[in-house]
Amino acid sequence: MKRQIPLIIVLTLGIVFFIQFFIPSQVSTNIYQTTLQWEIVISAFAIVLAIGSLINHHLLKIRRRKEHWWNSIVTLVALVAMALLGIFGRAKGMESLGQLYRTLFLYVQAPMDSAMFSILAFYMASAAYRAFRARSQEAALLLISGFIIMLGVVPFGSLIWSKIPDIAEWIMMVPNMAAKRGILFGVGLGMTATSLKIVLGIERSWLGGGK
Amino acid sequence: MRQKIPGLLLVLFWASLCLALPAQQIPVTAEPAAAAIAPVPEVKAGDTPNDGGNAITVTWQASPDEARGLVEGYEVLRSETVDGQYSKVGYVPYGFTSFDDQEVPKNASDFFYQVKTVGRGAAAFTLSAVSNPAQAREQWFNTARVNALISCLLFTLIVVIFISRAKRGQSLFIRRIAGLAAVEEAVGRATEMGRPILYVPGLSTISDVATIAALNILGQVAKKAAEYDTPLLVPNRDPVVFTVAQEIVKEAYAEVGRPDAYNHDSVFYLTDSQMGFASGVDGIMTREKPATNFFLGMFWAESLILAETGASTGAIQIAGTDAISQLPFFITACDYTLIGEELYAASAYLSKEPMLLGTMKGQDWSKAIIVLLLLAGLATALIAPGTRDFILKILKVG
Repeated sequence: MKRQIPLIIVLTLGIVFFIQFFIPSQVSTNIYQTTLQWEIVISAFAIVLAIGSLINHHLLKIRRRKEHWWNSIVTLVALVAMALLGIFGRAKGMESLGQLYRTLFLYVQAPMDSAMFSILAFYMASAAYRAFRARSQEAALLLISGFIIMLGVVPFGSLIWSKIPDIAEWIMMVPNMAAKRGILFGVGLGMTATSLKIVLGIERSWLGGGK
Repeated sequence: MRQKIPGLLLVLFWASLCLALPAQQIPVTAEPAAAAIAPVPEVKAGDTPNDGGNAITVTWQASPDEARGLVEGYEVLRSETVDGQYSKVGYVPYGFTSFDDQEVPKNASDFFYQVKTVGRGAAAFTLSAVSNPAQAREQWFNTARVNALISCLLFTLIVVIFISRAKRGQSLFIRRIAGLAAVEEAVGRATEMGRPILYVPGLSTISDVATIAALNILGQVAKKAAEYDTPLLVPNRDPVVFTVAQEIVKEAYAEVGRPDAYNHDSVFYLTDSQMGFASGVDGIMTREKPATNFFLGMFWAESLILAETGASTGAIQIAGTDAISQLPFFITACDYTLIGEELYAASAYLSKEPMLLGTMKGQDWSKAIIVLLLLAGLATALIAPGTRDFILKILKVG
């Protein structure tokens, strides 16, 4: 029964929403919108479990004195502080707490996020170096194509030869697009097949366990 | 080169000057047209097809003055009665001859439209004749999606045929997928090294099919980890994915008869922040030094940050995603990459379950049919160029 009820729900809703895709009427749209709202409610419940897991995970680290356990203290303090400031900062007469919340977000969290994102630029450079080594015919072809595209998107490329941007455009729109579309066909069919497997109950590992 | 740069700057200066001059002259040429601009003919209004109502499509013929460059655009006006008060509901620039009024106040009531041609001069405008009465109505079937319906039914039929074949015990050949063949080896490596396995089921929500595919593979990996008694770490970004992943891993341990080995803390929630999650996983990789990293599911900009950090720790890395823009990063930084559909085929490939293999085979045959249709369409369009638009119309999903 623990397995059958979720399977019946999935089968029923799978068929209902398949049909819904072909019905544009307001009743059909309202059903879809309501279901999306349910998803938000379910997520709200799930976030309680998630926060519980986060606290438990870090408390265990502190209790067992795992390597760098003091980082867990910072995480828990930050979690509690931001939550309290966020909640009480909206209350009347406690605007200063709300201001502190915004300050912590703008001057601590946002710069840390930006710093993390900026690391990507360095990783891209090192990945490009490794990807563009002409070790085989295919790699050489990739190197040449990449070089032409890079030249084609900067003004310097057209100064060397006016046709370079056109060649770069052709590489992006013809061979590159053909490969992309090939992958997208597979992805589309894969998504449909996975959805079908779940709706028909063939794939049940999402329920936990195998068959 | 020294001579070229000042020359280039001089050319740019003159070019900008020449381009700026006609802009100043516009009012001079537009002025005479202000009084004589022609109205648009044939204003027609009708229900917007295949929608939930509250929309009327208005079409018209371009003003004869548009070709002379005197028209700036068209204002669309609506009224509930023929001779009532007309109010503006939209504006389209010249070159367009239709407008979708998406905010019709009520369905099944008459509405009338007029199109105001706006000329380039400040006072230059003219009103068209009033359109026929039109009503917005909701439809119960989207006819523009018939092609999608037929394709889905055909695909389901093919899959069902292969599932029934698999049920009858017919052997189904599936080509070797290097990334999936390496899963067992990767788990074994972690066992031998006495280090954990890191499994990241993407950063997307449960409504993403790639996430579901990643969770299906997690079940198979968790079973192998349970069999070999190798620690498994599953950090999550989405709360719903976290709860599902926890249940999957728990059940996998129970299924192989090792419920005692399951560690409740092995599947945990990190953070909702994209870069916060990336830095958290990077921290795990550098501290715990997992021997094997799995990055399967949907990834965005963090893909290379994760894969490069993993590569620097010396872990064997298996990645898989259907995010085309992230695939090159994974291919560069990981040992094996599941490209697009291989991610969806993984659970069937790893479990060798006949029913799942049947769907995979159905998928392959559907792809073959698509390729044949593409070739047929290409040949038809080459032989009879006039059919190209017709073929594109058939393929378009509304």
